[in-house]
Amino acid sequence: MVKPTDILKEEPILEVRNLQTSFFTEKFEVKAVDGVNFAVPKGKTLGIVGESGSGKSITSLSILRLIQNPGKIIGGEILFKGENLLDKSEAQMRRVRGNEISMIFQEPMTSLNPVYTVGQQISESYRIHQNIGKKEAMLRSIDMLKLVGIPSPEQRVKQYPHELSGGMRQRVMIAMALACDPELLIADEPTTALDVTIQAQILELMKELQQRLGMSIVMITHDLGVVAETCDYVAVMYMGKVVEYAKVADLFKNPKHPYTVGLLNSLPRHDIDLGDEELTVIKGSVPSPDNMPKGCRFAPRCPFASEICVEQLPDLEQSEDGNQIRCWIYTDEWDGDPEVKVNG
Amino acid sequence: MFTFIIRRLVQTIPVLIGVTILTFSMIHLVPGDPAQIMAGESASPQQVELMRERLGLNDPIPVQYFDYVSGVLQGDLGNSVRSGRAVSDEIAIRIRPTVELATMSTALSVFIGLIAGVLAAVRRNTFGDTFIMLVALFGLSMPNFWLGIMLIQYLAIGVDIFGFNTGIFAASGWGTWQQQVLPVITLGVAGAAIIARMTRSSMLEVIDQDYIRTARAKGVKERVVVYRHALKNAMIPVVTVVGLQFGSLLGGAVLTESVFAINGLGRFMIDAIRARDFPIMQGGVLVLAFMFVSVNIVVDILYRFLNKRIDLN
Amino acid sequence: MREEINNGAAIAKAAPNPSFVKLASVWKKLRRSYSAMIGGGLVLIFILIAYVGPYFTPYGPREQNVINKLALPSSEHLLGTDHLGRDIFSRIIHGMSITLEVGFVSVVIGLIIGVFLGIIAGYYGGRIDTIIMRFMDILLAFPGILLAMAIVSVLGPAIVNVIIAVGIFSVPVFARIVRGSTLAVRKLEYIDAIRSLGASDARIIFKHILPNVTSPLIVQATLSVATSILTASGLSFLGLGAQPPTPEWGAMLSDGRAYMYDSAHVATIPGVAIVIVVLAFNLFGDGLRDALDPKMKN
Repeated sequence: MVKPTDILKEEPILEVRNLQTSFFTEKFEVKAVDGVNFAVPKGKTLGIVGESGSGKSITSLSILRLIQNPGKIIGGEILFKGENLLDKSEAQMRRVRGNEISMIFQEPMTSLNPVYTVGQQISESYRIHQNIGKKEAMLRSIDMLKLVGIPSPEQRVKQYPHELSGGMRQRVMIAMALACDPELLIADEPTTALDVTIQAQILELMKELQQRLGMSIVMITHDLGVVAETCDYVAVMYMGKVVEYAKVADLFKNPKHPYTVGLLNSLPRHDIDLGDEELTVIKGSVPSPDNMPKGCRFAPRCPFASEICVEQLPDLEQSEDGNQIRCWIYTDEWDGDPEVKVNG
Repeated sequence: MFTFIIRRLVQTIPVLIGVTILTFSMIHLVPGDPAQIMAGESASPQQVELMRERLGLNDPIPVQYFDYVSGVLQGDLGNSVRSGRAVSDEIAIRIRPTVELATMSTALSVFIGLIAGVLAAVRRNTFGDTFIMLVALFGLSMPNFWLGIMLIQYLAIGVDIFGFNTGIFAASGWGTWQQQVLPVITLGVAGAAIIARMTRSSMLEVIDQDYIRTARAKGVKERVVVYRHALKNAMIPVVTVVGLQFGSLLGGAVLTESVFAINGLGRFMIDAIRARDFPIMQGGVLVLAFMFVSVNIVVDILYRFLNKRIDLN
Repeated sequence: MREEINNGAAIAKAAPNPSFVKLASVWKKLRRSYSAMIGGGLVLIFILIAYVGPYFTPYGPREQNVINKLALPSSEHLLGTDHLGRDIFSRIIHGMSITLEVGFVSVVIGLIIGVFLGIIAGYYGGRIDTIIMRFMDILLAFPGILLAMAIVSVLGPAIVNVIIAVGIFSVPVFARIVRGSTLAVRKLEYIDAIRSLGASDARIIFKHILPNVTSPLIVQATLSVATSILTASGLSFLGLGAQPPTPEWGAMLSDGRAYMYDSAHVATIPGVAIVIVVLAFNLFGDGLRDALDPKMKN
C-alpha cells in the first residue's frame, strides 16, 4: 500500500491516514469520508477537489475535530507535526484550533458573529491563545487588518460584520485565522460565495500571505481553476475517497482517473482550441450515500467501466510518474480494452 | 436610532387614541341606561338624573369624548361612583403593588426561563431536555390562581414534615418579602415557561449557524461558545417576548392579587366591576393599557439596539 | 396560454387528489410525534367524557347532601364532596362540557372574525389594511385577561359573555397569521394569471389563499383553545363568568378557597382538572406544529 507522503518532495506538516468520518441516522450510516489519505507539504498548498457531497468539507472539519453530532470520526490518523490529533484531549485540541491550525469558511456573510465587532472577534483569538490584555489584542487586530489589506483598519475594528462587503468580510476571516500565526491554514471554498473579481483578489492575498508568513495551506474547492492558480499538490475526491493524488502540473498535463478527466473537460479552456467540440459534462449524478456502489464509486458514471470496476473497489496505487491513482485501468487486473486511452 | 425612537413614538399615537375610544365607549356599550345602573336599582328618578348630569351623559357623544380625552390629558379620570374620590387618586395609591408584582415576576421568569431554555438547548434531545420542556409545558398549562392557592396551602399554611412546618411564607398582603415570594412565583411561572421554550428554540437555531463553527474553529471553549457567541444572538427574539410578558403579567396580576388579597389595582378593578363603578374600570384599563404600550416601545428600542443588523436596512 | 392551463388541469385531475396525499403524509408525521398522539388522544377522550360521561355519574351535579359536606375522597365519593355536600367527581364530569365548549366556541368566534379581517386586510391592502391592523394593535394593547374583564364588565357576568370576551381577545392572533399569508400568496405571479383569466376575488380567496393558511391556523387554534380555557376559568374564578351552582371548574375552585385549611381537595381537584385538559391541548398543539408547520415557532 502506498503512503500519502510518497509523492511529496518536501517535509509533510500534516498527514492524514485512512480517515473515516460517518454520519449516523436512525436507519443507516453514511460514510461521508471513507478512508482518505493525503499529506500537506510544509509551506506549500494542497488542493482538495471534488463535487459537493464528495466529503471534502467533512474532511477539513475532521482535521480540526469540529464534526458535530450525528457525525463521528470513526477511524484513521491525523498526524500534525508527527502527533496524532485524534489522540488529543478536547482541551489540547482547543490549543491547536485557531493557534496552530486555522480555518476559514465558504460563507463570509454568515461566518462572522453578527453581534460582535470585527475587532472583538479578531481579538478573541489573541485573548484565547496568547494571554494578552484587551488593549494589546485590539492593537494587534488592527495590525492584522492592515496585513490583509483592509483600508483604515482603526475604524474597521469598531464595525459590525453587516457593515462590511463580502470581500471585506472574507479578509476579516483571513485576518482572524492568521492572527496567531498558524502553521496550517485550512480554507474551505474561500472564494465560492464571492464575486469573480473579488475571488481573484482573495486568492492573490492568500498566496502573498503564504509567502510572507510561510504557512501551509489546504485549499478545499470544487473549482479546478482555483487549484491551477494556487496549489502545488492536489487530491481529487469522489464519494468520500481520494481517487487521484498528484502534483498539480502533472494532473493538468496528464490526468489519469476518468473522473479527473471528466472534471477537466467540463472546464472552459483558453489554451487549446476545442474547435467544434463542446464542453463535455460527466454523465449522471453523484449516487445518494445510502446507495453506495459496491465496486469503484465512480463506475456507474464512468464511460470505461468494465466488469471488475462494478465488482471490486480499486486501491490507491502508485503510478509510473510517482503520483497516486485509484483506478483498475492502470493495474494488471484490468479486464477491459487494453488499449484504452482515458485522456485521449 | 434617534429617528427610529421618534417614529416609534409617533406610531403609538393612533393606538393610544384607539385605547381611549375603547375605554370611553365602555360606558355607552352597556345594555340599558348607565346612569340607572350606576345610581343603583332603587335610586329615584332624581338621583338617576343627577348621576347622568355628573357623568355628563346629556351632552352629544363627540363632546363627551372630547371632554373625556381632555380630562385624561390633564390627569383627570373622573370620580369613583362609590367613594366619590378622584379615580386618579384611587389608582395612584394602588398601582405600586401591581407594578412591583409584575416587575418582580418578569425578572423571575426571565431568569429561570433563560437558564432552563439554554440548558435544554445544550442537552438537545436528551432526558434533561425532555424533562425541562415537560416542566415548561406544565407551567404553561397551569391556571395561576390555582398555583397560588396550592402555594398558600403548602408553603403558607404549610404541612408538617418531621416536625418542621413548611409554612414559611405569608398567605396575603404585600410589603415584606415573606408576603412577596409566593405571589411572584405564582405570576412568574407561566412567563418562565414561555421564555424557556422560546429560548430553547432560538438557541437551537443559532447553534447551527456558521459563526458558531467559526468560534469553535478559533479554539473557543464550548461553554464560552454557548454563553458568549450563541446566547447573545439567541436573546434577540426573546427580548420581544419579555416585553409582551410584562404586559400580560400586568393583566395576570389581577388574579394573583385576588388570590393573595393584595391591595393592588387589579383587585380594585374587580371590585369596581362587581359594583358597576365604571369610571374606576375605565381608568384602570386605560392606565394598564398605557403602561403595556410604553413597555413595548422600550422593548422595541432595546430590540433595535441589540439587533444591529436591522440598522442598515 | 389558455390551452396550457387546461392541460395543467387535466394533469392535476389524473394525479391523486393532492389534499388527500397531504393528509396522508401529515398523519404519518403525526403518528411519529408522541406529543401529538398523547395530546390528541386525551382531547378525544375528554370530548367523549364531556358528552357521554354525564349519563353515568353517580350523583347529579347539583345534588346536595349537607350532612356529608366537605367529605374526603372515599369509595362513596370518589373525589370527596364540597361545602354543600355535592359529589365533586360528578361535578367535574358535568363541568367538562362547559370547559370544552368555552374553549371551542370562543376560538371559533375568534377564528371566524380573525380570518375574515385578516383576508380583507391582506387582500385589499391600502387603507383598509391600515385601519384593520391598527385596530388589531389596539386590541393587543390590552393585556389579555384585562380586555376580557373590560368586555365582561360591559356585558355583565355570565358564561356566554366570557365566551364572547375570550373570543374577541383571540381575534388579533388569527388576523395576523391570515394577513401575513394572504400578502405572501397575493404577490405570487400565478394569482395575477388566474385573475386575468377572470377568476373572482372570492374564488381566489377560497381556492388559493385559504388552503395555504390552514396549517398555521389549525396549530394556532389548538393552542388558543388552551389559553382560552385558562382565561375563561380565571374569569369564572373571579366571579365574572359562570355563576353558582353551575359546575364550572374555575367557579368550583373559587368556592373551595374558603375551605383550604381543612378541606384542600375541594379547591385542588378542579385545578388539577383544568391543568390536565389544558395540558392535553398544548401537547396536541405542539405536536401539530411539528408535523404541519415546523417553521412556525412560538
